[in-house]
Amino acid sequence: MEEKVKLLKDCRVLDFTNETAFLCGKILGDLGADVVKVEKPGGDESRNLGSFFQDTPHPEKNLYWFSYNHNKRGITLNIETETGREILRKLVENTDIVLETFAPGYLEKLGLGYAALSEINPKLVMTSVTPFGQSGPYKDYKGSDLVLTAMSGLMSSLGDPDKPPVRPTLPQSYMWIGMHAAMGTLMPYYHRGMTGEGQHVDVSGQAGVIWALNHSPSFYDLNKEVPRREGSFITGRSITGAIFRAVYPCKDGYVTYVIYGGPAGKRTNRRLVEWMDSKGMAPDDLKNKDWDQFDIATVTQEEVDRIEDACMKFFRTVTKKEFFEHVLENDMLGYPVATAKEILEDEQLRARGLWREVEHEELGTKITYPAFFTVFSSIACDSWRRAPLIGEHNREIYGEIGLDDSDILRLKRANVI
Amino acid sequence: MRHALCAFSRMMETARQVFEGIKVAEFAAVAAGPAIGKHMADHGALVVHVESYERPDGFRLNYPPYKDNKYGLNRAGSFAICNNNKYGVTIDLKAKEGVDLALELIEWSDVVIENFTPGTIKKLGIGYEEMKRVNPRIILFSTCNQGQTGPHAFHPGFGSHLSSLCGFTYVTGYPDRLPCILGPYVDFVAVGYGVIAVTAALEHRRRTGEGQWIDLAQYEAGVQFMIPALLEYSTNHRVVERDGNRHPFAAPHNTYRCKGDDRWCAISVFNDEEWKALCECMGRDDLISDPRFKTIPARKKHEDEVDREVTKWTSQLTAEEIFKKLQKNGVKAGIVQTLADLFADPQLKHRGFWAPLDHPEIGRCHAEGPPFALSKTPFKIDRPAPLIGEHNELVFEKFLAAGKKAKN
Repeated sequence: MEEKVKLLKDCRVLDFTNETAFLCGKILGDLGADVVKVEKPGGDESRNLGSFFQDTPHPEKNLYWFSYNHNKRGITLNIETETGREILRKLVENTDIVLETFAPGYLEKLGLGYAALSEINPKLVMTSVTPFGQSGPYKDYKGSDLVLTAMSGLMSSLGDPDKPPVRPTLPQSYMWIGMHAAMGTLMPYYHRGMTGEGQHVDVSGQAGVIWALNHSPSFYDLNKEVPRREGSFITGRSITGAIFRAVYPCKDGYVTYVIYGGPAGKRTNRRLVEWMDSKGMAPDDLKNKDWDQFDIATVTQEEVDRIEDACMKFFRTVTKKEFFEHVLENDMLGYPVATAKEILEDEQLRARGLWREVEHEELGTKITYPAFFTVFSSIACDSWRRAPLIGEHNREIYGEIGLDDSDILRLKRANVI
Repeated sequence: MRHALCAFSRMMETARQVFEGIKVAEFAAVAAGPAIGKHMADHGALVVHVESYERPDGFRLNYPPYKDNKYGLNRAGSFAICNNNKYGVTIDLKAKEGVDLALELIEWSDVVIENFTPGTIKKLGIGYEEMKRVNPRIILFSTCNQGQTGPHAFHPGFGSHLSSLCGFTYVTGYPDRLPCILGPYVDFVAVGYGVIAVTAALEHRRRTGEGQWIDLAQYEAGVQFMIPALLEYSTNHRVVERDGNRHPFAAPHNTYRCKGDDRWCAISVFNDEEWKALCECMGRDDLISDPRFKTIPARKKHEDEVDREVTKWTSQLTAEEIFKKLQKNGVKAGIVQTLADLFADPQLKHRGFWAPLDHPEIGRCHAEGPPFALSKTPFKIDRPAPLIGEHNELVFEKFLAAGKKAKN
């Protein structure tokens, strides 16, 4: 097999992001870019978020940091000192992409905004990520995962109807933001290749999460319908207003099964009834049902409830594994409600070679990461290196701009790096 | 001089868009394929969405909403929101002439997007090898649930199911209740990664002239959003459990009832300074020195009481009042915005996020802009989603002929 190309290997990225957009640089790194994560001297606060390796709170053992600063190198730099700013200007001469998440106006105040940096390097692509964008009435407002999940509208449809709206407990908004920031960075990078022109990208975190709503904005846009949260039920599949159960308890957890229309849905419904029947658990009205005539858009809630009642009884008798094997073998729609454990054990992901054991020599262990987000026939998308330690590549990177070990020592003492 | 002026005025007229000159043929339906083409069309690509009268896009057929709840092939909102700025054609891929026509379209294209079950395009006679035969530089982007290879490759599924397999469902909801479904959540994770993948392939082709085949498994894209939970399990042997709105080191951290019908705000407090600011906003200076709430561990320990005290205040005010008051005082707060709120959101208005369009059967509707603004190559949304077969003549007669002429 031909060797795949490390597409972005000559692309230098300076990554000044906080936890809200780590994923952006990681994606560029997956495609081979030389991403240099820049931290404050002593390390970023974001090294304290979430869980730690073996539950030991330590900035070099942070799992969130590991997860999304994978495939980056790391330096420390204090841009609030004049020396630090001068070093940054020097680095920008040979930088293709700058990523940053400072509050709007902060870099301009330091003389390091897009206008200033693009004067040093006109081909620069600079991506600025903030909770609400660089301008507008909310530009100075602060975000958190909870706030952005709420402000994006995602939360209004999550949670049980009798309880407050919820966010996914594993924070999701920063993934949406980081992914969209990577999209918004790679597109102008391609444009730069075509035209030689650099530009500034203004990413709104709120808007980035809105894209998680799928097609649902059209419910309001067309018919002024405002979907409410319905817990484990799916809404908006029927013009009668019927809702459909999407999570059932099973013998050892939960499964997702939804009564659908369309060819795949009808096939699935028919085969589920056959499966129930083989265990003596199919009610007569389901056995006699003409699924070809079944129309998801016009079905009544009463009929849905009757079908789901039989499903509820049946699924309690099967395990997640039995369910998964049965839907795979019979070409039915449905999956178990998986946990991290099952994802790591999944035979498809293993067969695809998704997992990569990555050496963390300082921890004396290997940790398993997904190696790629997609498979290209000609481009390498891979796991290249673990997340950087604090200032791990100071010598390598600062050496490039002519600083030697004694300079580095001086800068360290002056709290510049 | 004249020459320079001409070039200048051309530049002023329309900024070149990122994907200008790129032609995309989409043999894809529902969300995960078409929304990728939509992003590209918004940034200047010429995108042709292919369906057939026998099998129209599933978003036209099986998914509400329909305008005024009246069913119709050209009245579906989910189709409209994924396909603005595209050209719509119909090709019967079951007929030989249809396959020939599809190959002509592929010859004309730079990128093909498809989201059939693996193996289907090959069976239809438009597999990657056939595509390369008519167009050696073609970029084929294939996306499906599980990927083109592996033991589960052929298993079909929708986003709502796959979101559960990816682990999102399990971590959403309250610990004493069933997990909550996030809908077809993972579909648009694959859309984001899909645009990234196609852009990377275009950059590769720009440099080398070489096309390629991209195999994006929506499952693998979704897993990217779960990495911290995977590491938590593999290094600490702990499954991340759903825990409502609780946060391991922030309190208060929840959604709180406000004045009005099912209105809620979100408040997240990460340190003592923010707690003090919140208490001052609530007019409850007494809580600042209250030993039950004084430190982060104390607030975590008495979190139900914290929530009760906060609710006493929030329930008297509107979510909008709370949001603005807290944000102006440095507390991270938000409104649990409904779709109605989103369409009235002044910040989104400022960004031009909802782009108005007039659709011949739906009437005035809106498309979503990208979540980023490019300073020199802005997006442009100016055409509604196509009616079924609307551009057959334009695409098959004009576009393909122009493509051939350009080639010769």
